[in-house]
Amino acid sequence: MLSLAESLGIRTLRAVNGLGRMMIFLGAAMTSAVVPPFRARRILRQIHFIGVKSLFVIVLTAAFTGMVLGLQGYYTLRKFGSEGLLGSAVALSLIRELGPVLSALMVTGRAGSALTAEIGIMRIGEQIDSLETMGIDPVKFLVSPRIVGALVSVPLLTALFDVIGILGGYLVGVKLLGVNAGVFFGRMESSVELTDIVNGFWKSLAFGLIVSWVCTFKGFFTERGAEGVSRSTTSAVVLSSVLILVGDYVLTSVLL
Amino acid sequence: MTGTPWICEPCGLEKLPDPVGEPVIRLIGVEKSLEGKRVLDGIDLDIPRQRITAIIGLSGAGKSVMLKHMIGLVRPDRGRVLIDGVDIARLSRSALNKFRSRFGMLFQGGALFDSLTVFENVAFPLREKTSLGEGEIRERVRERLAQVGLQDAGGKYPDELSGGMVRRVALARAMVTDPEIILFDEPTTGLDPIIRNSILNLICHTYHQHCFTVVMISHDIPDIFQWCHYVAVIHDGRVIEAGPTDSVVKSVSPFVQQLIRGDIAGPVHLM
Repeated sequence: MLSLAESLGIRTLRAVNGLGRMMIFLGAAMTSAVVPPFRARRILRQIHFIGVKSLFVIVLTAAFTGMVLGLQGYYTLRKFGSEGLLGSAVALSLIRELGPVLSALMVTGRAGSALTAEIGIMRIGEQIDSLETMGIDPVKFLVSPRIVGALVSVPLLTALFDVIGILGGYLVGVKLLGVNAGVFFGRMESSVELTDIVNGFWKSLAFGLIVSWVCTFKGFFTERGAEGVSRSTTSAVVLSSVLILVGDYVLTSVLL
Repeated sequence: MTGTPWICEPCGLEKLPDPVGEPVIRLIGVEKSLEGKRVLDGIDLDIPRQRITAIIGLSGAGKSVMLKHMIGLVRPDRGRVLIDGVDIARLSRSALNKFRSRFGMLFQGGALFDSLTVFENVAFPLREKTSLGEGEIRERVRERLAQVGLQDAGGKYPDELSGGMVRRVALARAMVTDPEIILFDEPTTGLDPIIRNSILNLICHTYHQHCFTVVMISHDIPDIFQWCHYVAVIHDGRVIEAGPTDSVVKSVSPFVQQLIRGDIAGPVHLM
């Protein structure tokens, strides 16, 4: 009984300690991001890496998500004789939920894992120590530009996801299944409000922060060689994904 | 530590004056535990100014951790690390970063940035930490690369280099800011004897040109003794012998003699 309590206590302390370290890390990174000198070139490089290089996977995922929504939505709505609401259903699903969540999950898989691995390899290769010996703050140099890059890229990718997804839904609903194009877009226009778009933007911003924060943190504190990098990368992807889904629920309840 | 005047036999260069003033680095009662294991157990060590000091000992003795204390990469649990009388363990992060401009460090694996070319790696500390113009940076980097015999390798990436070339680039990078103190963490481990000697010779020559303070961890025993002025022997997280090279070589300590001769029999049993 005592050992069970001890074990529970140790796990709790570890969790609190880990959370505290993550918060301190985030605080240091955000502070560094707003204190000069600003490294515009490094930020642009990260926007290119996280944003531009994720375009293909985002477009592909968005198109098929929209197409599936169009297909499923059409046959579900037809049961109630409401095929005309397909445009609203597709657009609201994408803008409110699927766009921000799936974009963030795709960025986690494509760019987040790479961020962790890159920083983790720098850690085990003593490159981060090397930066410190040169008097360069590794958090400012490595972490802040990545977080800023993600904060810029993820909302833009989400906006693109929404547009491509709606086009995918249009393709299936209108071109394939014969829903009237005017009705499709007309209902969409009347049902989607500015609040939906703004809420989607806040979510994508929060998810961009989660992905870059978790992934850089895991990479920065990588230990024990190649196996450590592998472990950090896996745990970064899992934790980011879980936090995105949990965060989505929390934000939805707050924003609705 | 104080020592006799010294002549660099390998380089054949002139005798240097005796060390002046206080030791540049002083470790006083430094203790450090990592993951529950006591790594440093009360280290007391003085590093003389403008001299080459070799730190030797068995693997896992705490040499690298001790070296990292000297540049503030690791903070001691107890004790003090003084650089010219300033306890760097008590400095704020920004003050410590300013202090580090006096140092250069060569890591065991070179720690070159994979995404940068050789030229960019060497130019990196100048671009990040100085206000030098690009022309001056290029000039200085070319000069340093020529010193280490890699003037034609500026456009290559680290993964295109051999182990010896990586160490030489790292050496050029460590020296490019003209630091007062350079720390070497096993600069020659894993290299063949010819490259090893060429790197030690290079360190020795550049030392004579710039006369910085050198602290070097090495397993090249007894060869290292011809390149250094002072030796500190570390065992189980403690300094068990420290002084001018000659006196350490003649030490009566059975462990020191076992380490120097590489005997299997002795106070340390590994099997």
